[in-house]
Amino acid sequence: MGRKILLEKINIPGIKTYEVYRQNGGYASVEKALKTMTPDEVTEEVKTAGIRGRGGAGFPVGMKWSFIDKKSGKPRHLVCNADESEPGTFKDRFLMEHIPHLLIEGMITSSFALGANLSYIYIRGEYMWIFKILERAINEARAAGWLGKNIMGSGYDLDLYVHCGAGAYICGEETALIESLEGKRGNPRIKPPFPAISGLWQNPTVVNNVESISAVPWIVMNSGAEYAKIGIERSTGTKLISASGHIKNPGVYEIELGVSVEEFINSDEFCGGMIDDRPLKALVPGGSSVPILPAHLIYKTAAGTDRLMTYESLADGGFATGSALGSGGFIVYNDTTCIVRNTWNFSRFYHHESCGQCTPCREGTGWLEKVLHRIETGKGREEDIELLWSIQSKIEGNTICPLGDAASWPVAAAIRHFREEFEYHIRFPEKVKNRDHFVAEPFEKVRHLVAK
Amino acid sequence: MERTQYKQEINMTEELMARINELISHYPEDKRKSALLPVLHEVQDAHDNWLSFELQDKVAEILNIKPVEVYEVVSFYTMFNQKPVAKYMFEFCRTSCCATRGVEDLMEYACEKIGAELGEISSDGLFQVVGVECLGACGYAPMLQLGDFYHEKLTKESFDQLIEDCKAGKITLHDK
Amino acid sequence: MKVTIDGQSVEVEPGTTILQAARMIGGESVPPAMCYYSKLKGSGGKCRCCLVEVSKGSDADPRPMPKLVASCVTGCMDGMEVNSKNSERVTEARKSVTEFLLINHPLDCPICDQAGECDLQNLSFKHGKSETRYIEEKRTFEPEDIGPNIQLHMNRCILCQRCVQVADQLTDNRVHGVMDRGDHANISTCISKAIDNEFSGNMIDVCPVGALTDKTFRFKSRVWFNKPYNAHRDCDKCCGKVTVWMFGNEIQRVTGRKDEYHEVEEFICNSCRFDHKKVEDWVIEGPRKFEKDSVINQNNYTRDMKKVVIETEEQILLGRAQDRKKISMSEIDYNEKIDGNLINDKDNG
Repeated sequence: MGRKILLEKINIPGIKTYEVYRQNGGYASVEKALKTMTPDEVTEEVKTAGIRGRGGAGFPVGMKWSFIDKKSGKPRHLVCNADESEPGTFKDRFLMEHIPHLLIEGMITSSFALGANLSYIYIRGEYMWIFKILERAINEARAAGWLGKNIMGSGYDLDLYVHCGAGAYICGEETALIESLEGKRGNPRIKPPFPAISGLWQNPTVVNNVESISAVPWIVMNSGAEYAKIGIERSTGTKLISASGHIKNPGVYEIELGVSVEEFINSDEFCGGMIDDRPLKALVPGGSSVPILPAHLIYKTAAGTDRLMTYESLADGGFATGSALGSGGFIVYNDTTCIVRNTWNFSRFYHHESCGQCTPCREGTGWLEKVLHRIETGKGREEDIELLWSIQSKIEGNTICPLGDAASWPVAAAIRHFREEFEYHIRFPEKVKNRDHFVAEPFEKVRHLVAK
Repeated sequence: MERTQYKQEINMTEELMARINELISHYPEDKRKSALLPVLHEVQDAHDNWLSFELQDKVAEILNIKPVEVYEVVSFYTMFNQKPVAKYMFEFCRTSCCATRGVEDLMEYACEKIGAELGEISSDGLFQVVGVECLGACGYAPMLQLGDFYHEKLTKESFDQLIEDCKAGKITLHDK
Repeated sequence: MKVTIDGQSVEVEPGTTILQAARMIGGESVPPAMCYYSKLKGSGGKCRCCLVEVSKGSDADPRPMPKLVASCVTGCMDGMEVNSKNSERVTEARKSVTEFLLINHPLDCPICDQAGECDLQNLSFKHGKSETRYIEEKRTFEPEDIGPNIQLHMNRCILCQRCVQVADQLTDNRVHGVMDRGDHANISTCISKAIDNEFSGNMIDVCPVGALTDKTFRFKSRVWFNKPYNAHRDCDKCCGKVTVWMFGNEIQRVTGRKDEYHEVEEFICNSCRFDHKKVEDWVIEGPRKFEKDSVINQNNYTRDMKKVVIETEEQILLGRAQDRKKISMSEIDYNEKIDGNLINDKDNG
């Protein structure tokens, strides 16, 4: 059994409530930080821990904190990004629903480190019942003296509120999230300036994922050095993985970074193997935006080493043969899955979620979807594969925010690894008429039709 | 784009106004606009789950912003409905993980069951099936959202049951 | 601070953007800009036409920037080196953006009042291709009436948002904005409200394409058949300094005075723009000079012009002397109205 940091207490009956949470050592990190540490000391511990942002980009949390502008004298804010919307990801929801006070404790300790006196948790609007859970938990914490003026007699003041979105994936991008929090359309801002200088209401702001903030109490209590001992190299600590798709036990698992992908899929402690006897065909290891991996690159890297659940190992091989840990949205596909259909599905998602602000993303995501839909429904042309490749390459890197890249990579990876499947769709349209065309006749059986 | 305007009865109850004022108090005095999204949710919940332009104007007035600022926001976010919807709107997630676990078949079944095309309101005005993008329940697929709540690991049988529960008035849409 | 663009150096103040620095240098290195407008706060960064390559970040940190950057919103650093027309990556990116802007554009230039002074047309001539790879159905929007002065053609819009900024920054009650999102984002009032604020007409001037055009000029003339003159009048609402666009002795259109980047020098009021179309309303200062060649000034008489020879069979031209005069401006006697009657003729007033 791996070490648990975030889900350590998840099975304690009643942990959702303030009393039980407190009886089990909850809010100790707030006491420790406010009474015995300076804000900079807390930041130092988080830096030493080496924890990387758990939202997907993997930027070191401590470093992000150290960028916040403390000189300007403007009020500072910590905003928790609970807009979890990356397809395949449902871990933050699990934490907030089952142990809401952990996030609130993390918010208080982290806000103290940043010198923020007004902080928010931005939660996606669809998680409305969790919005209410958090609201009640915040009220409990306030009643118990953990929020408000002069917390624990330390002289430190903090107000914390929950804010809800209303259905927009793009608000997971930190500057779009800030815009949305200001009551505007979720259009990402042009950077620089970065939020650490000018964020919420032009004030210095740090935006961190739920999982990142929830790890802070443990780091403060046990030290950053202890945290850094877990994991491998620059992938320190534990990570929540949201496992879904064709596996026996979908759900949220906390792993020590460094577990092998093979173990994660097949061990009974985690996914429990494939759902039935249909073989593994592909894996999206870090949410829909990361490149899809074909079967032969899942357990081993192209170099032949074991593929591990770390930032580095999953990315091993770059775009050609690697992927990314991303947000930990681990989607497993068996051979009933049509990669073309799945890629179209992802493209429809990005098309639907593009904010429409900048040209390449606004126009390109729709174009990708339309071409993919034609191919999937048997109306593709030979030149469409090159066209898709060209469109995605013209979006990538040319947009305001990373949504453009996120829309491009899945298409590029699908063509790179499953080109024959696209050709099959184009050359044998009558065979892809039904959407479940690979259920009775998996691609392996028809591959010879397009093999060179 | 020219838009159809639908009539809506507006009822800003005392209870609703108290909740709105509470939400506004979560933001600095001069940043009332920030409360727009949470306020719109509350107002929509209290008005049959949709927002007419008239109602949006009302919200603008409360937050002391221009009506167009509200229209821009309402039309951007998919959870705000700009025209009347059914009392029970089943929002099925149809993104990859749910599609992989059979949501498309289930949506067809659901449409048949309520006797209305995808997106259309059933003749009794009670039900509506719509497709939405990832709701963050990938491990519990297929699933749908109804009001504030998720209904997960759906089967045809559990969907039938849900319809029965709706008809019997056993379903709470909002957690107030 | 020194910044170098395509090998040419210029000294700039801190806070200058790459695009502004390029405009100081001038010439072919100036990136095209469809959404940036120096007189509108918060404009820029959206269209991605002005992407450039930063090959050296600054003297202090000489690393190149990994991605192309939008020159209109990226500040210069001391010692920065930038490639605009010299970079193949940049050329390729501009081609891409142009293609994206055109896939859903109706390409209805033959019936568009903006044709001839359209930034998208210019961009397409420079960076576009003559064929399309887009075989899908084009996106269209339901028409919306936004009042008696301004015509909205949403299908032509590129969502630069300049008109929204004009309404925000020049008028006190914005009634239109960007609605919906993604590729269905559109400019609208939602409730078909007339946009009738005293400065709303400037939306037409800032629109880089034919999405917002002057209803009082609608289908009156191709812009290149008009001759622009600088003119002014005493106006209690605005500067009163405009360009009047004349066809013969008739003022067909009034606009702000635009510089070589198609930005107005000063914004004007609706009264000057829409309600003063008589020659006697204005003090005509003289013909407007053009800084740059384009289709619009091909036959402007400030240029030394060669006589246009129309090589058409004699028969076809019979009885068409009047038309020939319209087409071949150099043959026009400027004391004479286009209908052939003298200007000081009694009937013409």
